[in-house]
Amino acid sequence: MSKAPGISIKNLSVSFRTKTSTVTALDDVSFDIAPGSFLSIVGPSGCGKTTLLKILSGVLQPTSGTVLFDGEPLSRLKTQGQVGYVFQRPLLLPWRTTLDNVMLTMEVARRGMSRAEREAEARRWLKIAGLQGFEERFPHELSGGMQQRVSICRALAFQPRILLMDEPFAALDEITRETLQEELLLLWAQTETTVVFITHSIPEAVLLSEQIVVMSARPGRVLERIPVPFERPRTEETRERPEFLALASHIRGLLRHRDPVTA
Amino acid sequence: MYRLSVAAGQAMVFIVFFAAWEVLVHLLQIKPVILPPPSRIAVSAWENRELLLVNTWPTFVAITLGFLYAVATGFVIAIGIAYSRIIRELTYPFLVAAQILPKIAFAPLFLIWFGFGLTPKIVIAALIAFFPVVINTAKGLTSVDKELLQYMDSLGASGWEKFTKISLPWAMPYFFAALKISITLAIVGAVVGEFVAAGEGLGYIINASNISLDTELMFAAIVCMSVLGILLFLVIVAAERLIVVNAQDDASGASATM
Repeated sequence: MSKAPGISIKNLSVSFRTKTSTVTALDDVSFDIAPGSFLSIVGPSGCGKTTLLKILSGVLQPTSGTVLFDGEPLSRLKTQGQVGYVFQRPLLLPWRTTLDNVMLTMEVARRGMSRAEREAEARRWLKIAGLQGFEERFPHELSGGMQQRVSICRALAFQPRILLMDEPFAALDEITRETLQEELLLLWAQTETTVVFITHSIPEAVLLSEQIVVMSARPGRVLERIPVPFERPRTEETRERPEFLALASHIRGLLRHRDPVTA
Repeated sequence: MYRLSVAAGQAMVFIVFFAAWEVLVHLLQIKPVILPPPSRIAVSAWENRELLLVNTWPTFVAITLGFLYAVATGFVIAIGIAYSRIIRELTYPFLVAAQILPKIAFAPLFLIWFGFGLTPKIVIAALIAFFPVVINTAKGLTSVDKELLQYMDSLGASGWEKFTKISLPWAMPYFFAALKISITLAIVGAVVGEFVAAGEGLGYIINASNISLDTELMFAAIVCMSVLGILLFLVIVAAERLIVVNAQDDASGASATM
């Protein structure tokens, strides 16, 4: 298993030039992500979360500032085959079974593995995600929550050093969402992967993360970096604890104070 | 149970149609040379079974070869259109214009160019079966979810991997939809070819029986052609079900294109 890298973001700014003006998507953003940790970015729409994700995946170059990936400047070539993704849409291949969908990332990014090894690994992940017995099903035969579980298994199965998750549970109902949050923690505990998790949901960020970066909108700035001290494993009960609720309400206060529209 | 009663109902529609035909021809005393009743067509088909079978073969060959040429060239050109901007921009207006042309009208010309026999039939069949393959397959290849391709990029996938693992399977439903249209067009093409430039085949039989006013034989040949067409169509449907996941969901749409 390759060691997860730390990520260091320093004075990062990104602006886009339009015909009439310059839009600043990210303004002087700095924070560090410890190797193997779970970091969430919370903020309203337009806070540049997606821009930040594009920077981290090497698709977009910053206007100024640096991003270090394990101490080295980040580039597309460096991140290729090292970064797993989970999006709001599961993005599964409809013509592949659950098992074959999970194997996709290994087929492409882990060529050294034999077919048998890939299959064993895919089965192992599906089992942890509670999808045993669904290996031969096609995506359209699965519920939205199950599809997203498959998508997470696919992203983790090739043991990426970083996992970028862009509002992965936003399209799911509340109950499925809470179940998947707890399952994600279970799956993540099996890896050394560094997770960057983007969400609109404050309780989600508090439950999952070791560190939360709270951001403001237009331009995207870091309002506060908050360490989350609760011990793991975090479960149903964690959500009910007064410290949990206090932290969630603190973050909510930060965001409301800044953005009267959502108040 | 429901499916079974639907199938029975669908069969009833056919039975009612032929029964009404039979009865009306007798009641209205329509001359057989104008419209023979189904019973007489069946008798004629049986009496001429050898002639019809012998002539089904060249028609089958013309349809199949024309169709295969159309699919092979159409597929290759579709890949060119999907992956090369230059090819797309240069050829697309020409293809659209060519698709609108009534290609059947060229049949007599092909008699002059390719002579009498199998070649002009294949050329006409291929020519009219070609366009749906190009246009549909190109559309399938270009409609691939861009996020999926970006996902593959992030994994370090090669162009070939993106093509074989994503784009090609993505385009398969479009491709098979085109095949279903193309096979019916290839049949039309082959028969028109036989009308103008052949001494054998079901189209030739239709033409010849028209001249001799043997309407019963003409209908018998049309029946043979319909059966041949349905069988070829079913071969494609079977291949689709083997290759495309969920193809059965599309079965009603498939019969609609017939």
